[in-house]
Amino acid sequence: MEKIIREALSGHVGQTGGLIAGLRHVQERCAFVPSETVGIAAELFNISQAEVRGVISFYADFRVKKTGQHHVKLCVAEACQSVGAREIEADLEQRFAVKMGETDAAEFITIEPVYCLGLCSCAPAAQVDDKLIGRVDGQRIADEVSS
Amino acid sequence: MSAVKIYVPLDSAAVAMGADEVAAAIAHEATANGEAVEVIRNGSRGMHWLEPLVEVEVGDQRIGYGPVSKADISELFASGLLEGKEHSKCIGDVEKHPFMRDQQRLTFQRCGVTDPLSMDDYKRHGGLEAVLKAIEFSEAKIVEEVKISGLRGRGGAGFPAGIKWNTVQGAEAEQKYIVCNADEGDSGTFADRMIMEGDPLLLIEGMVIAGLGVGATKGFIYLRSEYPIAADILNKSIEVAHEHKLLGNDILGSGKCFDLTVFIGAGAYICGEETSLLESLEGKRGMVRAKPPLPALEGLHGKPTLVHNVLTLCAVPYILAHGGKKYAEFGQGRSKGTLAFQLAGNIKRGGLFESAFGVKLGDLVNKYGGGTRTGKPFKAVQIGGPLGAYLPNEMLELPMDYEVMAQNGAGVGHGGIVVFDETADLVAQARYAFEFCAEESCGKCTPCRVGAVRGEEVIDKLRAGTDFDENMVLLEDLCELMVDGSLCAMGGMTPIPVMSAVKNFPEDFAPRQVREAAE
Repeated sequence: MEKIIREALSGHVGQTGGLIAGLRHVQERCAFVPSETVGIAAELFNISQAEVRGVISFYADFRVKKTGQHHVKLCVAEACQSVGAREIEADLEQRFAVKMGETDAAEFITIEPVYCLGLCSCAPAAQVDDKLIGRVDGQRIADEVSS
Repeated sequence: MSAVKIYVPLDSAAVAMGADEVAAAIAHEATANGEAVEVIRNGSRGMHWLEPLVEVEVGDQRIGYGPVSKADISELFASGLLEGKEHSKCIGDVEKHPFMRDQQRLTFQRCGVTDPLSMDDYKRHGGLEAVLKAIEFSEAKIVEEVKISGLRGRGGAGFPAGIKWNTVQGAEAEQKYIVCNADEGDSGTFADRMIMEGDPLLLIEGMVIAGLGVGATKGFIYLRSEYPIAADILNKSIEVAHEHKLLGNDILGSGKCFDLTVFIGAGAYICGEETSLLESLEGKRGMVRAKPPLPALEGLHGKPTLVHNVLTLCAVPYILAHGGKKYAEFGQGRSKGTLAFQLAGNIKRGGLFESAFGVKLGDLVNKYGGGTRTGKPFKAVQIGGPLGAYLPNEMLELPMDYEVMAQNGAGVGHGGIVVFDETADLVAQARYAFEFCAEESCGKCTPCRVGAVRGEEVIDKLRAGTDFDENMVLLEDLCELMVDGSLCAMGGMTPIPVMSAVKNFPEDFAPRQVREAAE
């Protein structure tokens, strides 16, 4: 694990914004940002561990735990609210027995709120794994994760 | 016979409605029928209610069909799609569609028309004219054209672009930067995404001109991570630009240099604020910086930096190619040029409508947008993103103009227009404004960090009817403090949606006993 993290980070040392790009790279390789990353990044970027932790915790993209097998991002911002995002939120929580922002017990699905996917003209919108879906509803998301 | 050209958008909105599957089905059907077809992935025209909008080139026309699903393809082929024949999904010549015909597309003139990654297409439709002029001009002359155009920052704040350019140009430094703010986080906005996906070379040309104008040789596009398709297209377009010497050490043979890098954010709304964006671009937490110093003098890595929204930079090539004076002929008052209005939310014809300033809000909502998608009566429209005002029916007569909107307690912002029908609860929307601020505040200043949480609590008490009058006073007091005491627009403008909801929708906020008595 340490070798992978070191590899992922080292290419970004010295780049503008290298720490953020590096952490993204770590997450791509490991599926989340493992705790060992903090010490390694602090050493490579020559900054304090507190600064590394600060960056990891500030940005919503960085996860310190694995997500479920499927990762659903549901847009809950205004444009999607105007066409039922709040109802979809409730539907998904019930359907998969999971709270927004969490992973279900079976680690099948993680559902996260996002604030705008830029699909406001075909709201409500969601992203299921890598797939963008406009005019979405709970059933469509369920179909997508079960296919 | 040469292959029939069929256009299927690669735009995220089209893809979210199934464009990739449609493109694959067309290729498959053509092969099965032995037809010679060339599928071109264009940007979106912005008629998103018709996505995926498939266009077939017939003679000098582009005949549109939409919304098309992959299940429609066989039937469309059988009924003469390749000849542009009539069909229930046919909308005729796309350019002549009423939604397209009434627009004034200066920035989005190529979006949806061309192959976004084809330099030949770009040049054939007027691309590179502006940068070739800029190469001949002095820095001062370039800045002068931007000043004359009256262009203002399109990200929402509406600050005169020419003043920023002048400041950066006049600053002495061995390194200056151009930073494009592509952290388009406002709900109800997608114009930046559309132009980056549909005409990325325009943004590159705009940034190169900005570099030539202020003496910067390095640019960054700070792109939000929620836009993976835009990231892919931007990176490919930078390669294309290098191949054609629009970027690099010898721009179009001029000996001048400019280079560009895409930086992907990590999911923080606050990074759309320019100083927070710069912190983030330096790899740190996106904490807002106090101003002064202005980023124009001490920006990225402490160097003079021109930070502009995507659409501000995308307006520049038109200004250079046609002159600042020509651009300033569009619009009214101090709102010059055009804005890409984004019709979103509960609206029948959602999409992008570029028009000169001065167009009536009501025309955008009803005439072009077609009213609510659900068909239920209109209740409210939020303009200018999550920090924008909620306006009622009576205010739809207002023209889209920075000053007029400001006089009415609202803002044009980035041109986002989110429609709500009668089922909307404006108390819930006001509460959400605080929730969003609490979620996305960088936490640096107290009015924003703590005020947002206190705001949620006060709204909950109002809703419960606890000490209604006292809590209403408290809400107003809290909002005033947030406006006066916050470092940036996040805390400073959150009161706008809240107080506009209170002011314009008093019936939603009335104490429960009053509401019940009325029913």
